[in-house]
Parts: sequence; C-alpha cells; structure tokens
Amino acid sequence: MPGRRDRHGHGHGKVCKCCTLMEVSSGKKVKIRCHHAKGAVRQRLLDLGFVPQTDIEVIRRAPLGDPIECRVANYKVALRKSEACLIEVEQY
Amino acid sequence: MNSSNEARKDNLLVGLAGQQNAGKSTTFNMLTGANQHIVNYPGVTVDKKTGFYRYKDVRVETVDLPGTYSLTSFSLEERVARDFLLTEQPDVVVNVLDSSSLKRSLYFTLQVLEMDFPIAVALNMMDVAKRNGTHVDVERLSHRLGVDVIPTVGRKGKGKNELRDAIIATANRKEHNVLRVTYEELEPEVAALEESMGKTTLSGKYPLRWMAVKLIEGDSEARRIVREELGENSAAQTKANEIRDKFEEDHYMDVADFMLGCRDRLATDIVESCVTEDKEGRDTITDMIDNIVLNRFAAPFFLVATVFVIYQLAIVQGYELTNYWWPYLAKVRSFIADLLPAAGLLEDPYVRSMGLWMVDSANGLLNYIPIFVILFSLIAILEDSGYMARIAFILDKLFHSFGLHGQSTLPYILGGVFAGGCAVPGVMATKGIPDERSRMATILTVPYMNCLAKIPFYTLLINVFFVEYKSWAMLFLSTFTIFAALLISKLLTSTVLKTMETAPFVMELPKYHPPTIFGVGQRAVERTWQYIKKVGSIVVAVSVCVFTLLQFPGLPAEKMAEFEGRMDQALVTFQTKIKKSSYAGEFQDVQSVVNLLNLYHDYKNDKMSTRGKEASLALNEKYKAEYPGMYMFLKPGADKDAKVVNRALRKLSSSRKSLRREMKEVRISNSFLGMVGRSLEPVTQWAGFNWKINVAIMSSFAARESSVATIGVLYQQGADENKSLEERVGSESGEGGFTPLHALAVMIFFALYPPCLATTIMIKVQTGSYKWMTFSILFPTALGFLVASVIYTGGSAAGLNGIQMMGVFYSFVVLLTIVLGLFDNWRKDPVPLPDFSQQATKERS
Repeated sequence: MPGRRDRHGHGHGKVCKCCTLMEVSSGKKVKIRCHHAKGAVRQRLLDLGFVPQTDIEVIRRAPLGDPIECRVANYKVALRKSEACLIEVEQY
Repeated sequence: MNSSNEARKDNLLVGLAGQQNAGKSTTFNMLTGANQHIVNYPGVTVDKKTGFYRYKDVRVETVDLPGTYSLTSFSLEERVARDFLLTEQPDVVVNVLDSSSLKRSLYFTLQVLEMDFPIAVALNMMDVAKRNGTHVDVERLSHRLGVDVIPTVGRKGKGKNELRDAIIATANRKEHNVLRVTYEELEPEVAALEESMGKTTLSGKYPLRWMAVKLIEGDSEARRIVREELGENSAAQTKANEIRDKFEEDHYMDVADFMLGCRDRLATDIVESCVTEDKEGRDTITDMIDNIVLNRFAAPFFLVATVFVIYQLAIVQGYELTNYWWPYLAKVRSFIADLLPAAGLLEDPYVRSMGLWMVDSANGLLNYIPIFVILFSLIAILEDSGYMARIAFILDKLFHSFGLHGQSTLPYILGGVFAGGCAVPGVMATKGIPDERSRMATILTVPYMNCLAKIPFYTLLINVFFVEYKSWAMLFLSTFTIFAALLISKLLTSTVLKTMETAPFVMELPKYHPPTIFGVGQRAVERTWQYIKKVGSIVVAVSVCVFTLLQFPGLPAEKMAEFEGRMDQALVTFQTKIKKSSYAGEFQDVQSVVNLLNLYHDYKNDKMSTRGKEASLALNEKYKAEYPGMYMFLKPGADKDAKVVNRALRKLSSSRKSLRREMKEVRISNSFLGMVGRSLEPVTQWAGFNWKINVAIMSSFAARESSVATIGVLYQQGADENKSLEERVGSESGEGGFTPLHALAVMIFFALYPPCLATTIMIKVQTGSYKWMTFSILFPTALGFLVASVIYTGGSAAGLNGIQMMGVFYSFVVLLTIVLGLFDNWRKDPVPLPDFSQQATKERS
C-alpha cells in the first residue's frame, strides 16, 4: 500500500506518515518501508542493516548538519543526506 | 568441496572472514601471535595479512581477509575476499561474529555457508555483549547453524585453544550438515539451475548452489565467471534470466529483494531463538560518551583539543626526545667515519665524502623517529578507540564539499595537518576510503600537508625574514596548506577525477573500545618501520644521485691550483709557528700534519656529541689511551710547547675548514645541478628564485630534509665566525637583494612542491599507475611555480612587502575556500521528497 498519505491538521501543508529518512527529526523512531537506491548504494545500506521493515532511530545530525547518525538494532551507522533521502520510512 | 578422504590433515589453510569492527584483527593476533607478515593481494592495493602457528602438530596458515559486510561484487574488498575463498579454497573459514550485533553478522555467515565452505564460528566480543545485557545461547546457535561456535574475547585471548581445536575438528569432519537458506517458491528453480550447471565445467570449481543463487540475483561477478567458463549466452545464464523475469512478472517484486527477505527472515529467526536481552537499558557507555563528544556545540571543542594534545605530545615532546636520540645517531656517524678512508688535506677520497653524505641524509630523517613513534601511537589509539570514526562523522560535510571524504581525516593527520607528519604513511592510510574519487583526491592532496621535513626549512626562512611576525608566519603556513589542499582537491575532483566511481557514505560508528597496548604498539611500529624503510632505500639511493650531480664535473684546474696554494701558505704558517717548540721534528712531513688535523677534527666532533661532564671526561680518557703521542696537542694542559702546537693547530684547522667550504661552493656552482639551476634562472626569476634556491629545490626532491642542508652549503660565508645559518642567509641575501617577498614565494612554492620521491613511489603503489605518479609530480610543480610567480611578480608590481603580501594572499585563499564550500552546499542540497509514484513506474518499465 505505498503512497498512502494522511493529512493532519497541523497547519503547515502536507504532513505525511511516510517520508524519507532525511526528513526525520532527531530522536524519532521510524520503520523502513523501502529503498529507492540501486546497485552498490542499496547493497551497502542492506549490509549495514537498513533492511525493509526494520525499526531505526535517528540519533543526531553531525554538527554541520550532515551526515545523520542512526541506530539500527544496537549499533550506530552514519549516512549522508544524499543516501538518507533514498530511504522511504514510516513514522510511528 | 573439501571432501578429502585422507586421514588427518596436518597442513591447513584457514581464511579469517567477517565484518569490519567485529574484532577480526584481534582474533587474528590471538591465533597467530606475532609471527605475521603483510603483502598485497596480487594486482590490487588491498593488504593481505598472513600468519602461521603450530598446534597439536598441525601447521596452520591463517589469512586475514579484508573486513566486509557481504560477499557481493560491489566493492574491491568484497571481490578480493570472495576471490580468495573461491580460488584458494581454504580448508576452514573462520567466521568472526560480533556477538553484540549478531543479526547483521549472520547475513555474512549465511552467505559463506551458501558457498559450502567448512566453517567454524568465532563469537567475538562476548564481554561487550554481556555488558550490554545480551545473552547468546551458544549451544543453540551452534545447533541451528550446524557448525562449531566458539565464544571468544579476542582482546583478552579468551577462547584461543577452543577455537584452534574447532578449526582442526572442522577440517577433518567428513559430513557437513549445515544450515541452508531456503528460497521458498524459488527453491525448485534454484535446484534445477544448480543441477544443470553440475553437468558443465563449473562443477567442482565453484559451489554450484551459490552460483545458481547469485546468477538468479543478477550478480555481476557470477555472470563474469559463467561467461568465462561457458562463453557468452550460455544455457545457465539464459535460464537464470528466465527465472528472474518470470518471478518478477508473477510477484511484482525484485528477485534480489525477495531473496534478501528470505535471508533476513532466517537470520531474525535464529537471533530470536538464541539471543535474550535482559536489559532494555540503552544508555551504554558509548552513548554517554557520544552525547558529549558529538554534541553540536562541544564537538568542535573536543576535536580541536584532540588535535592540540597530539601536537603537544608528538611534536613538542617528541622534539625534546630527539635531543636524547640525536647523540646516538651522531655516534653511528663517527663510527662510520672511522671505517671510511681518512680525510685528505683539501680533498677527501670520493668514497669518504659520499659515504658521509649518505649517512648525513639518512640521519637527518632518522632523527624524527621518536616523534613518529609517539605520533603514530596516538593515532593508533584514536583509531582503535573508535574516535577516529567520529572525527570522520563530524568533518564529513566539510570534506565532502571539496570532493573529499570524512575518512580523509586520518591520512591528513598522518601527513601532518598541524605541522609535522609524513606523507608516506599518510598516503598508505588512504586505503580505507571506500569512495574511489575521494580516495584519489586524498592521495593527491596529502603531500601538501606540512611534513616534518618542511618545518626546518620554513623555520629557517621565517627566522631570517619574518622575525617580528614569527608566530603569524608559522600559523599562516600551517593553515594555508589545509586550505590549499581543499581547493586543489575541489579542482581535481571537478576536472581530472570527475569520471571516477564514487561510493555512498554509509559508515558504522563502532562502539568505543579501550585500545590494547599490543594493537597500538604494533600499528605504530609498522608505520614507523615504513618510514625507516623509506629512509633506508629510496632516500639513500637518491641522495647518492644528488651527491654525484653536485660533485661533478668538479673544480677547474686553475681554481684548484689557487686553493692548493692557499693551503700551502697555511701549512707554512703552521710550521713557522711551531718551529721553536720541542715537537717541531714530529711534523716535518705533510702526512703527519694531516693525521693530526684529522684527529683534532674527530675529537672536536666527538666532543660535540657528548653530554655532561662525566661523558666528556671519559672521552678525554679514551683519546688519551688511544693516541698517547698526540693527546697533548688536543688538550695541552700545562705543557708549554704542546700549547704552542695546539694554538697553531687550531688556526690551521680553521683555515682548512674555510678553504674546504669555499671549494665546496665553487664545486656546487660548477656542478651539473648548479648548471641546471643557473639555466633555469631566466624562468624562475618570475618567482624570485636565484640559482641557489633552484639547486636546493631540486636536491630536496630526494627528501625534503636535504633542502636545509643544501642551503647550508650554499650560504657558507661567515660560517667560520660561527654565525648561525639564519644570520648567514640573512646577510648574504641582503647583499643579493633577497627580500621577505622572495622568501614568501619560496615558502609557498615549497608548500605546494611535489611530494618527495618516497611519497611518489607510495602514490604509485596506492593508485597502481605510473600515470598518476607522474601527475603527482608535474601538477604541483606547475601549480607551485605559478602561485609563487603570482606572489613575487604580483607583489613586486603592487609594491607590497612580504608580510603584507602574506596577508593579502592568505585572505584571498581563505575567502575562496569559504565561497566554494558554501556554493557547493547550496548547489548540492538534496531534494526532500522524490516523487515515488513516478519512480516506481519508471523502474517497472
């Protein structure tokens, strides 16, 4: 059921339950829906545990705003925004 | 695969495989101890670590494979690890698992199991897992996987013998009844494909089930193998494509995704049945430290503090240590000097002068060993503890704006970001950068860092020309190089490196570990050893060439005659002076005078390299015992006649010294290098370089250290009055019109000057091509000369003096860097939400 978007009345435009990992604010837990990456990038993400249906937590952004640090299972992975915007996630 | 029918094997090949940060190296060290050596895998720049050990009369060769997360064909390391497994066919694969993140580790295990290798699993980091409240049921895990599972703590050597037993047991086991991933509805197709391949030449060479799975997944390496074995458009390849297309049509999903799902479900299932978490508390030590050091405001502070501490301990304290270290090197030098043929009156035998030249060039470099040992130990501590990965995380954005990578930090630090390092280990350390383009950019820009050998040269010029702005000038130079490296990297990545392949930045931040003394010591010694090897081979070899080029064709005859005449004059003076003393008879012939002169010279040199009163007394005793007939001329004491000789001897010695020095200068200016230096003057005048500077620049290509030595030779006058080199360069250049602006141009050229020969050779090793090596020499030369010319000619035209030009130029470079960095970020900010629905339809089509 991809593409299902809920509207909330939060006052500023569309707030959807699914967005990319790039937009998730620090401290939030999300569930990975799917990857939009291909080839090596996709493989690398899978290797490090960004497997669909997995829960991940965004811990923090680097002091300069990029990369993003996430917790997958019980270890931490840093990834750049350019990779994070290829991961579609679902917010709880 | 390894179903050998012989009895017990007593020669085993073991491959150690697993992910990065799973403690593979510590397990490797635990198994093999210290007898290991490192070579490169054939044809690639990846390290191959091998080691041997004997256990229960079995000789086991262990190979530490590159740390990889999986065995696909996307990265060089993965290809290397996979090729090793497929071609070398190890008897046992020891799979090192990180028990504190078991599920991810199991992905790798399942892939190796699929390849049908006999496996023993080393469940590492049990102590960390326990601390985090994770309990792994080893029995059950072993049962589920169908292989031996040994809990280990690599850092403490726990589980060593159990693992060694397991390796032998696994190697001699006939039946391997291991776990298999089942691919649900694809299973019949996989089996059919496997069976059809069993009739081809692939059978026996490769694990067939794995081949079948990989072909259906569309793995490029598997395709290549099939193409090589069975030719283009083989039946197997066609069948695999059919299976894939049919599945994707039926299920509306990617085959690779589906297969991944199967593996994922299995891994999850295993973890759920074997692992119990009794503590839901997530606030482990690592998190607490990270909350502090990665805090948005505190992070820069900790970063600067770390750099400062390294600088203080390694560079400042290391220099202190060289005071204790240098006498030993000086002893070696005088020992060698004794072995070589004795010095002549005016001209030394060629062997002697060349030998001493070699020793001096080597000593100049070996002097830095204490600094490097400290520096490399500290860096190894940073790496092993896990903070290095955090530095990469903090700085990635900055580096990435200029085409570099967060992991360029380590090479830069080794290369000497803040005054002092060496480009050779710096270039070596670029190995870990996954992104090819950034790696190349890092390799080509590390040499701009201030290596330890550039520092004396800067110090010399700054002390002459920028005395009142000493600290500013040093700050300018040490930071200018960082900006220069960033700008050049930007330039290269958007031009010549543009087409190189890039990789995503997805990097694990490992948990903090207390580093072990063995691990840190090993790495520090390894890197220092690389440096010593560089000195021992390349630098010495090149120094011989430079020496020859500076020595020949030698002095013209009339010049030589003039010098000899002056020396005879000095000898006559000596004879007249001692005529009245009772020792006059001893010095009738020239040879006896030469012997005395040489002895006096050695004695002075030995005196210089001793410290403290006792040592100097001991030295006197030594000379007294060895040369009883001569000692009174060195230290006359109360003997009046000997005093007379001693006085005359001192005078004679100093006139000999100054004559030799003059000869040296004439010889250099007459030499091949001198000629080249002169012939370059018409060009280099734009940068304000005179021929002496040209010679110094050329001779410093062997190793930077020789630049100061060469300048020391060229600026000789006044050395007899014991003026320091700074004063000499200053007074002489004052006459020659050498201004601070000249000095600035020279320093900038030196900062951008191509890497020394040892580094270029390392660049060849790391890039695997002579093309890049040549580029790394020619490009910086051109660039350095261009910038130096702009500074000198531009500065002269604008009527600015050295320090003003320094300010102007520095502001320009900093501004340019900031503008470029900001522009890049503004241009590259990713679009927030791609339109998935459109993308999805595109992918289907």
